[in-house]
Amino acid sequence: MPVVHYDSEAVEGEALPPTRRRFTRRGAWISFLLIPPIAVMALFVVYPILSALAYAFYDWTGLRREGFVGLENFRRVLFEPPYAAITWNAFQHNVIVFFVLMVVQNGVGFLLAWCLWRELPGARFHRVAVFLPVVLSTVIIGYMWKLFFHPIFGVVNQLLELVGLGALAQPWLGQSDTALGALILVNAWAWVGFPTLVFLAGLQRIPTEVLEAARMETDSEWTITRRIVWPLVAPSTTVVFILLFIGSFNWFELPYIMVGLDGSPFGSTDVLGLVFYRTAFGNVSAGVQDFGLGSALAVLMFLFIAVFATGWTLYLRKRELDV
Amino acid sequence: MSVAADERHGDRGGRGILSTYGRDGLIQIVLIANSVIMLFPVVIMVFSGFKTNMEIFQAPFRIPDFTDIGNFVTMATQTNFLRYLLNSLLVTGTALLATGILGIMAAYALARYTFAGASFILLFFMSGLMLPLKLAVIPLFILFRDLGILDSYWALIAIYTAMGLPSTVFILTGFIRTLPSELEDAARMDGASEARILWQIMLPLCRPALVIAGIYNLVPIWNDFFFPLVFIQTDALKTLPQGLTTFIGEYSTDYGAMFAGLTLAAAPITLLYIALSRQFINGMTSGAVK
Repeated sequence: MPVVHYDSEAVEGEALPPTRRRFTRRGAWISFLLIPPIAVMALFVVYPILSALAYAFYDWTGLRREGFVGLENFRRVLFEPPYAAITWNAFQHNVIVFFVLMVVQNGVGFLLAWCLWRELPGARFHRVAVFLPVVLSTVIIGYMWKLFFHPIFGVVNQLLELVGLGALAQPWLGQSDTALGALILVNAWAWVGFPTLVFLAGLQRIPTEVLEAARMETDSEWTITRRIVWPLVAPSTTVVFILLFIGSFNWFELPYIMVGLDGSPFGSTDVLGLVFYRTAFGNVSAGVQDFGLGSALAVLMFLFIAVFATGWTLYLRKRELDV
Repeated sequence: MSVAADERHGDRGGRGILSTYGRDGLIQIVLIANSVIMLFPVVIMVFSGFKTNMEIFQAPFRIPDFTDIGNFVTMATQTNFLRYLLNSLLVTGTALLATGILGIMAAYALARYTFAGASFILLFFMSGLMLPLKLAVIPLFILFRDLGILDSYWALIAIYTAMGLPSTVFILTGFIRTLPSELEDAARMDGASEARILWQIMLPLCRPALVIAGIYNLVPIWNDFFFPLVFIQTDALKTLPQGLTTFIGEYSTDYGAMFAGLTLAAAPITLLYIALSRQFINGMTSGAVK
């Protein structure tokens, strides 16, 4: 062992001049490989995100940055009327969206994954079917369902009529108490394939010996699922939960397409993404755009998502290790 | 204790086959019902594209006359649909190409050479995986204005390349690390230059990982609506999802035409998905499945 060590050192010592030359050429080659991708990331990801933080502390007139105002923009979006009421109203809707999707989207996703995991005839087809809406643009999905929810032409009401539930037919997107629910269901329809296939991949990684051993102990699929399967898919759960959390608090495209920039009717579908866009880029009803307030909202959303997502990930990872 | 055990065994013997069939039957019903819920709306969308307002109103679920392609002809000739499609192809194609090239450069350097700061650089790329870039749209808007590329393809290509780079570097670095280095060493012995090794040996070997990374990024880039909404004003530069909002606005009373437009817009990615469903599913869940 020592001999080899001395040997190699000796060789390297002898070959110093060529090694040095090769070393610099190697360095140049590595720099050539790394500098372009790092530059793209620095210019279009890191710099904008850091600037977003800075912009929130300035006063803005249109696209022009004025004086430094400290935490004033934050104070206004959080505590000053009329911004405060709008912000908190939207935040509440994001919270509702998150919790309902957690149950509907991830819950149904797990159930479907469990069913697909049995590999019964036709499972391949069902797997492709459930994932189809995931690859479609939210714009297509949003418009499609907006037309389906049309009070007169829409198939939702026509279907209710057809099965004798015509009394339930209503302008789903036009009333405050059904609009948000309708949006959430459309989101669940569109995205349920994602948690389904992530859970399925998790289920397929459970070793068969573990399941066989469990089946020797009990006949109850419920017990096996709850005690053995659920803890073993914990890594999938972590990913699915965190991505849903980030998605729910960034929600923008679907409400924008289906109910418009104002979260109509009467702000009942307003969410932070819409408020942010309206504040930053203006809209028809309130033409003014304010990059300062917009940046403050972006920073608050970013911090909220980052802090909770990180904390929750750590908690869920710990849970993965515990089992 | 023994009673319970007996009961359990009795249970197993007594309803074994029946309960298995019953359970599998129930699972099939759940799966079939779900597939109907998934596909029925899409089918109705396609059907409605072949109908007039009157037909949609009177017989929404009837199978249409598929030779009645008037709505599709209107969409293809009276609107900028083909232009939007071309823009989407151009922007997505260029961004994916740039992501692939820059991604493999970074991944190769990080996976094959040891140097000070390598793990920090990898971490730097990884940090881009979780950051919601949407929230940095105001600085991006100002940056693109200063660069003079606002309202041009370049704004979209730049942001999509940056968006796709972290996942591409992540997937490719992981993949290259699993490859044995004998081939490269052999080529090096034969006097091949480093650039040649990367181009002629690594690139072909990385093809499966490039496909996964490509699909992982293709879907969000192709479908993106937010960045064109902010960066693009000129109608002739709009991408497909953004263009949809324009022609839905123009045809807002012609339901058949709107459904035809949605069907046409959904067609390219749907057909690609049906042809490559396995790669799509693997690719799109690859970030979430370790």
